[in-house]
Amino acid sequence: MLAYTIYLSFAGALLQAVLPKGKPSLSRWLALATAVAGLAVGVQAFTAGAGQGLVTIVDVPWVPNMGIHFLLAADGISRVLVLLTGLAAVCGILFSWNIELRTNEFFAFFLALIGGVYGVFLSFDLFLLFVFYEIAIVPKYFLIAIWGSTRREYAAMKLALYSFVGSAMVLIGLLAAYATAGSHSTGLVALAHAGLPVSFQMWCFPLVFTGFAILAGMWPFHTWAPTGHVAAPTAASMLLAGVVMKLGAYGCLRVGIALFPHGLDPWGFSFIGIGSWRDVFAVLAVIGIIYGALVALAQTDFKFVIGYSSVSHMGFVLLGLMTLNQIGMTGAVLQMFSHGIIAGLLFAIVGRIVYERTHTRQLAELEGMHLSKRLPFAAWAFVIAGMASMGLPGFSGFVAELQVLIGSWIANPWWTAAAGIGIVVGVAYTWRALQKAFFSDAPPHAQHTHEAAGDPLHAMAAITWPEVTGVTLLAGVSLAVGIYPRILLDTIEPAVKALLAGGAQ
Amino acid sequence: MSGIPILTLLTVLPLVGAVIALFSGRHARLVAMFATLFSLVLALLAWTWLPANGSIGLVEKAAWAPSLGIEYNLGVDALGCLMLVLSAIVALMSIDAAHRVHHQPNLYFALVLLLESGLFGSFTALNFFHWFLFWELSLIPAFFLIKLWGGKNRGPAATQFFIYTMAGSVALLLAFLAVFLSTGSMDFGQLTQMASTGALDRAVTAHLGPVTLWLAIGVLAGFAVKVPLAPFHTWLPAAYAEAPSPVTMLLTGAMSKMGVYGLLRIAIPIFGHQIAQIRTPLLVLSVLTVVMGAWAAASQKDLKRIFAYSSVNHLGYCLLAIFALAVPATSSAMVNSQAAALNGVILQMFNHGLTAAALFWFVSILQSRSGGERGIDHFGGLRKPAPVLAGLMGIALFSSLGLPGLNGFVGEFLIFRGVFPLAWVAASVSILGLLVTAAVILTVIQKVFTGPVPERWATFPDLNHGERLALAPVIGLMLLLGVLPQLIVDSVNPTVLNLLAHWRF
Repeated sequence: MLAYTIYLSFAGALLQAVLPKGKPSLSRWLALATAVAGLAVGVQAFTAGAGQGLVTIVDVPWVPNMGIHFLLAADGISRVLVLLTGLAAVCGILFSWNIELRTNEFFAFFLALIGGVYGVFLSFDLFLLFVFYEIAIVPKYFLIAIWGSTRREYAAMKLALYSFVGSAMVLIGLLAAYATAGSHSTGLVALAHAGLPVSFQMWCFPLVFTGFAILAGMWPFHTWAPTGHVAAPTAASMLLAGVVMKLGAYGCLRVGIALFPHGLDPWGFSFIGIGSWRDVFAVLAVIGIIYGALVALAQTDFKFVIGYSSVSHMGFVLLGLMTLNQIGMTGAVLQMFSHGIIAGLLFAIVGRIVYERTHTRQLAELEGMHLSKRLPFAAWAFVIAGMASMGLPGFSGFVAELQVLIGSWIANPWWTAAAGIGIVVGVAYTWRALQKAFFSDAPPHAQHTHEAAGDPLHAMAAITWPEVTGVTLLAGVSLAVGIYPRILLDTIEPAVKALLAGGAQ
Repeated sequence: MSGIPILTLLTVLPLVGAVIALFSGRHARLVAMFATLFSLVLALLAWTWLPANGSIGLVEKAAWAPSLGIEYNLGVDALGCLMLVLSAIVALMSIDAAHRVHHQPNLYFALVLLLESGLFGSFTALNFFHWFLFWELSLIPAFFLIKLWGGKNRGPAATQFFIYTMAGSVALLLAFLAVFLSTGSMDFGQLTQMASTGALDRAVTAHLGPVTLWLAIGVLAGFAVKVPLAPFHTWLPAAYAEAPSPVTMLLTGAMSKMGVYGLLRIAIPIFGHQIAQIRTPLLVLSVLTVVMGAWAAASQKDLKRIFAYSSVNHLGYCLLAIFALAVPATSSAMVNSQAAALNGVILQMFNHGLTAAALFWFVSILQSRSGGERGIDHFGGLRKPAPVLAGLMGIALFSSLGLPGLNGFVGEFLIFRGVFPLAWVAASVSILGLLVTAAVILTVIQKVFTGPVPERWATFPDLNHGERLALAPVIGLMLLLGVLPQLIVDSVNPTVLNLLAHWRF
């Protein structure tokens, strides 16, 4: 059943491509219908999958002499991330309701990207996973290059190059693993049980992990993320930060950690307190958490604040993975979901609701506009999203980051202490952006008084129904998970437990 | 009685009220009034249903997120329930006083109700996570109430308030994270139990080393900011002065009690032994709070700042008593002193809430009649044109001064009765605070109500019938509790004995 998420999305993309031009409304509704259908399948599988472990969905030989199968399966982690993808797709389309330029092409690329993402989350064959992973890169490039803003060609190219370099590293690692294992299967489970030599895992793990982690925005390979997020059209930023970065983190977990568990073993010596690849990546994750937060604090462009905050929040995912314990890794998966929802909401508010009405993202200019009075809906939506992003209790981010912090405390208390600094700075940058963009008392700028023709409450376009629906959906999900985290934890925990028992260590 | 989840109802009621208030057009204040009135009824009902032996009753339990030690666990003893009643009364007074909110009244009353829910939630929670959720929930609406409806310098005042409280919360959260990692529990009852046998200290030392004292300091920091304890009080005068008076009523009447309550419900039961170790410096700080608060009040000209500092002074007595009784009892006389001091603290919490809220209400009445004046030098001789106002405000002022026969006296008397045998130096120096406070209050009465009437106040309007009707029950309660303190003490005393029996210093 879950396989239909992939088929539906690609079918929807094809349909968009052959749709007659000049009917943007039809194309929107079709795209929305496709995404809603995908979400419905995801929800159905999520509820039906409760209590089940790894379930194979489709298994057909594809390239038999290389042992490649078209193998789709899902465990708790996949089901949660598919749910996230469905939500992000529906909301992304809602927040793209005002795209007038080549509407059907936009949605074609958008749905193709979604299809690729679904594919990655459901593939249990390495080759297939890699194919979907590559498929997802292409539409990203076009979405930014055609519909983007600020230096879009540069950002699109940077993003594509970073992605391809990452993929190349992953590909080398995978081919090496396939050759070393000597087995005749590219199935994930088969390879995990192939007994790859420890010395091989030692060099292959960092290669594959880094390759995936580039897409997860790991410092110092994160620089594509803020520029890409900022240049992308709103729906694409939502998807990039919300889902595509999760592809990287998911690859780190599903491929990196599960296939090469011994790559995380101690080296046998330690240099300035670092004695294994695990320490290396955990330290990079912590640096990402703090660095992303500090840089977000210094931004003058509203969208860059959110862009860098994603780097910081994704650091928690990587840190959670490196704890290698039940609670930390559960937290990492929950953080993937939570950040996907919250980053989507933040980008929607900044890029769509605010920018489309003010035509500026400069905090200094927004300060003079008194948006809390003129766009109260946006202001209060940002208050909620900001609270969620800060990790206030009652929102999904709190539970996720708490679990990561607990897990990392068990692994190494210094990581927790350092990540704690990131949380404090996180409160500061969110609060600063909130104050400056919405609740500032600064006098209006000369150019804007001019623009508003002396009318301080110069009307802005009314908030539309897709915006209200999208914000309600995302904020509601974050709140629901925050208040009752067991909705997701009950699904994630057994999957992580199985992964820890079977793959890692 | 059992079967009705009265505490859950109490917490959810204002939340529902908040949503209704947002969409109730011009009737927001009425909605808030009814929701709060109903809450008061529920709180009083809970008061009559309390167990007679002073233990925690009306318990509601449900699984929440077991892997994180999070449980839905609610219950109150006389201490918690008294705070519920106080919060409801103060909220009712505040809503009553806020009849001139013209700017976004729906949002204003929704935020007030949200704050109320935060108060109710934190006074009933018995699990750290649950408690922290509501502790933070109350912070957000308070911030916006100051930020959006405050006076001239509301921006910096609100930000300072938020940052101070947030920093305290982070310290609290980290300390509890460490406790959870060591013990695997977030339940106040279990942790108190572990603390009383010394198991908590052992578990923390085994997991993290000898840091229990530091955890105690982290937890104390969170509450010290909220109450406040000098030198963490510097946010308070600005916040109280810049907030609209009805909001100040809530801040001082109810929110400051969250800090004292936290000390009694969380810090002392769980870290009693550690607090006893640093009792002397804590006593020095609380004496400083008492004396400094009084002196600072004496040097102010602005009525709101005078009452703000006198609030610092009055809650200083609570801190003095709490830290004074944190000493192992070696004789039954000492136990009696501890019980007297604790009874005093709880009474003082209620009485200060009632009196301080009433005082800020009177300030708001004075402001509304004088075009916003609130400097003591701007008034004079008001007794002649407004005798009823002078009389009723005089009663509130004398209650604040601690005149026997009024509610303020009993709490302070019991505190000094208890503290003298336990820490006579601290008690003796604190007497200075009493004297200075008396001087401050008498100065206020003198400057505002006596002397020649300035020409512009010759026709200062007296209280109208509505205001008299609204204030009568409050002033009546002050007189009643002054004469019959046993209305509260009879129920509180068993709880005091029960609490003391479970505490270990």
